[in-house]
Amino acid sequence: MINAVGRDIPNYLLKDGKEVYQGKFYMDGKYIQKVAPKTVRYEKPQESKIVATIVDALKQCGAKSGMTFSFHHHLRNGDYVANMVMEAAVRELGLCDLTIAATSLGEANDPIAEYIEEGKVIGLQTSGIRGKIGDVVSKGKLKTPAIIRSHGGRPRAIEAGEVHIDIAFVAAPTSDCVGNCRGIGGKSNCGSLGYAMTDARYADKVVVVTDCLVDFPNYPASVEAIDVDAVVVVDSIGNPAKIASAAARISKNPRDLMMAENVAKVIASTPYFKDGFSFQTGVGGPSLAANLFLERFMDKRNIKMGWAIGGICGPMVELLKKGKVGKVIDVQDFDLDAVNSINQTPGHFEMSASQYANPANKGAFVNKLDFVVLAALEIDTNFNVNVLTGSDGVLRGAPGGHPDTAAGSKCCIIVTPLIRGRMATVCEHVVTVTTPGDCVDVLVTDYGIAVNPLRPDIIECLDNAHIPHVSIESLKEKAYSIVGRPDDLEWEDNVVAVLEARDGTILDVVRQIRPYKV
Amino acid sequence: MKVEKTAVAGTLESSDAMVTVEPSKGGIEMELTSSVMNQYGRQIKAVVLETLEHLEVKDCKVTIVDKGALDCTLKARVECAVFRSCGKSDKNIPWGGAVR
Repeated sequence: MINAVGRDIPNYLLKDGKEVYQGKFYMDGKYIQKVAPKTVRYEKPQESKIVATIVDALKQCGAKSGMTFSFHHHLRNGDYVANMVMEAAVRELGLCDLTIAATSLGEANDPIAEYIEEGKVIGLQTSGIRGKIGDVVSKGKLKTPAIIRSHGGRPRAIEAGEVHIDIAFVAAPTSDCVGNCRGIGGKSNCGSLGYAMTDARYADKVVVVTDCLVDFPNYPASVEAIDVDAVVVVDSIGNPAKIASAAARISKNPRDLMMAENVAKVIASTPYFKDGFSFQTGVGGPSLAANLFLERFMDKRNIKMGWAIGGICGPMVELLKKGKVGKVIDVQDFDLDAVNSINQTPGHFEMSASQYANPANKGAFVNKLDFVVLAALEIDTNFNVNVLTGSDGVLRGAPGGHPDTAAGSKCCIIVTPLIRGRMATVCEHVVTVTTPGDCVDVLVTDYGIAVNPLRPDIIECLDNAHIPHVSIESLKEKAYSIVGRPDDLEWEDNVVAVLEARDGTILDVVRQIRPYKV
Repeated sequence: MKVEKTAVAGTLESSDAMVTVEPSKGGIEMELTSSVMNQYGRQIKAVVLETLEHLEVKDCKVTIVDKGALDCTLKARVECAVFRSCGKSDKNIPWGGAVR
């Protein structure tokens, strides 16, 4: 069945009430029946929940084949926990037919690809899918199609019972002996633990893995002991150098800066740019640099930012400390400046992924967002964005909060160079639609700005501010005139990944790529 | 032109290609790997063959390790490798002739 973004969704996927994507806000006003986990009562006072090893924790939680384990990705490319748990489950306990429900998976999780190839892991539900896992799933090695969700779509799916977590694993930089967890105060700090919160509340069993045991009560806790079954203390939960980078520096690349300045000009031309406005930006070169230029416009107009959400890193913390933004609320921290600021700098708070972006609750932060500045791997002439598959058709990205912030914000700006190497970023048809074009308002490239024709109001703003803009078709033609028109990718019939829209409908599918051979 | 000895041009930097030509008998033999194989493999092959034809190279083994080079880059790398392979890359390049 063809959906609202023109993608052909195989009918066999449309069972148990699953629908194809019908356009943004289709589910507005409908109801969600939330599920509840079945959890053990710890009525008798317990001195401690500490068990010796991950294997012991798995045994205590009744781990068996066919279960779903959940992980969160705050330790990013430094994460050891998902690999340790899966190794214990597969190699030491001999479990199979496992499903991994992770908030994201990165190259740090490459060892898990082996368990997929061996058929021990048969299901994946994640936002990010990259590295070796992306490769093996793209080759059709996973028994069931991977399910890709946004950061807001995941808590929605958990709450609706579409994914039932048997055991959730919380990678905790600090924990006390009964499982109150925080992202700070230890040796592998990650700051916010926002993605782990929904998992901990909806899983039947919760295991905390920490490398820094602290005195009870570890407070204020991000994940609370009332939800935790067992605590395991290991030597190290991750590589600190890869968890949070040193301060994210603003790009010096003149092309990035030019695009960033144009992003700020577009923002400043709209009526939403007024005292108290709200903002989110990515951490890519031009997106992050937009902070710098935006600050200049704020100074010039003598206005302040009301609040910012994200994915937070140093430059936003700087603005907070300078008093130029009222509050910063985040689900994840990207650099040490942000890690060391959350819950420390007045006005810098933590939130759950559901509070951040869930489209099925009664009002996530993204719904109050004025501006979001995002990157793209590809954007097509209908303004559909792909941030999941490479233009070679291989899984190597993550929708993350992209579709959520794009849908919720009043003005969504995509900033990207027109071409990367020989890849045309602006193209005729994106490989995979991860953010529908009706959520995307403005495209800023190094060869010009294009506004979605669905937003005549923004076109008028740009015209009034004398900001030149062109059609997105002309940008695509410019890109193809440089790199040549790419050949269409060739696909096998089998679906390797299903991309859910944030509301739970099916936005697109990724089929197995048929590689070209000379 | 005749490929007389093995010669290389280009690098493995992003947006470049490393082209190696070697003497061989019996036509053109091509080995191609590319970071943009699925979208541009056919075009890269066509550009390389066309460039060799312009240079009137009839027999050689050509190996391309492409890192997303544009057609103009690929063409220049193939030309340079061929000129180097017969010791003619230092002077009297036929600009506007075989090299266009």
